[in-house]
Amino acid sequence: MIINHPLLGPRDAAEFVYKGDASLINRPNWQADDAAELFHEYLYLRDNPAGQHRELWYHEQGDRSWLIVTRNTLTHEISNVEFARDVALAERPKK
Amino acid sequence: MKYSGFKVIKEALTGHKGWKPVWRTPKPKNEYDVIIVGGGGHGLATAYYLAKEFGITNIAVLEKGWIGSGNVGRNTTIVRSNYLLPGNEPFYEFSMKLWENLEQDFNYNAMVSQRGILNLFHNDAGRDAYARRGNSMMLAGADAVLLDQEGVRKMYPCLDFENARFPIKGGLLQPRGGTVRHDAVAWGYARGADSRGVDIIQNCEVTGMNIENGICTGVETSQGTIKAKKVAVCVAGSSSRVMSMAGMRLPIESHVLQAFVSEGLKPILPGVVTFGAGHFYVSQSDKGGLVFGGDIDGYNTYAQRGNLPVVEDVCEGGMALMPMIGRARLLRMWGGVMDMSMDGSPFIDKTHINGLYFNGGWCYGGFKATPASGWCYAHLLAKDEPHPVATEYRLDRFRRGAMLDEKGVGAQPNLH
Repeated sequence: MIINHPLLGPRDAAEFVYKGDASLINRPNWQADDAAELFHEYLYLRDNPAGQHRELWYHEQGDRSWLIVTRNTLTHEISNVEFARDVALAERPKK
Repeated sequence: MKYSGFKVIKEALTGHKGWKPVWRTPKPKNEYDVIIVGGGGHGLATAYYLAKEFGITNIAVLEKGWIGSGNVGRNTTIVRSNYLLPGNEPFYEFSMKLWENLEQDFNYNAMVSQRGILNLFHNDAGRDAYARRGNSMMLAGADAVLLDQEGVRKMYPCLDFENARFPIKGGLLQPRGGTVRHDAVAWGYARGADSRGVDIIQNCEVTGMNIENGICTGVETSQGTIKAKKVAVCVAGSSSRVMSMAGMRLPIESHVLQAFVSEGLKPILPGVVTFGAGHFYVSQSDKGGLVFGGDIDGYNTYAQRGNLPVVEDVCEGGMALMPMIGRARLLRMWGGVMDMSMDGSPFIDKTHINGLYFNGGWCYGGFKATPASGWCYAHLLAKDEPHPVATEYRLDRFRRGAMLDEKGVGAQPNLH
């Protein structure tokens, strides 16, 4: 697989480490009343879809950036690559 | 159908025209006592043991393709019971004992070959870990022999003992481990289940679960609605897809594991060997091909094929262990989709939905578990309580902090 890095262009997926479902960037609120249950779901349960999947790839053998890659788990086709930082900032609630 | 030496000779002389299908092709009935979703090794074994050991024969096995088309036909055929943890080892040893008696039990040639499995170590820490594992195995009634370098050299003189980086210092041998003809396992169980009245329904995909008021009453399929008192899902590789029809999220990611076969060679490896400094395991088939594999690719996928970086990684492991493998040409390679669970161990459990049962999360160790998985799942379905050797395989073990993490790497499915 070739991952089209936003800054570095097309890079071999072997340079990256796969870090799982992109929802892992949204940690639950540890002060919530049901925090134990929320963290159980966050840490252990996965949607694991067949089809489009948003997932984290860490560019360990490159610029150490974290990317969110949208990839089809049935065909391995990659349709979108973005910086995890940009996604996290865009999703952060506004003050 | 009866098999005999006389029949083989008669068929050989008459053009093999007298062999008949060994299981029926029934139409689904409206209702069954138990529906097993998934006609792989585990599903067929479950049906077989339910019928034979627990007296429940009003069973349908629903398979979306043809039986044995999933991982039971895609593995590297290794059977062993060399686990460490008390929650795992008795289960796999139970499986090993069932393997040893399997062919007599279902009267079908599965080519069970106890040629031994040898896990190599390359340093003192590796020796300590394998001594501990061997002790753990023996505590559960399994067999284990710790070999020094000379012991390994006698069995496998072709290995690279003086490798500068990873010299072979010895190994942990399980003499009762070995290989089994994987397709014949599926066929033998299918034949045994069918002859006891189990309906094996191929080309019948489950498209929905009928759940009312927290009770599962049956399934929707490509061949219509089928009712059942109990629905037993057994579809490792596709567990998340099927259980999502019941609204469940599982502690599982689907990953691809690749396997490889070389061209046929003269006998060189009498048993199964695993490299201790990387992930590489190899045995030699009766046709002479070296059957080998290594790590999973490491990303979520449902495609039954992998990518080239892992091919390179596996072959590097092979070259480090036995450089002569570099002279052999690769004949075939393929991939199978694994249920990678969050601690590397499987599930055989009821769900919170009455009448819905789940078996999955076998990672890449499902084949060796086939007989025990079927037996324990049948036990659970028949008696509604787990078999004594499968009490730890619960879906809620992460919530309880009772993980069965053989490697101790945590909730990282691609590291198990």
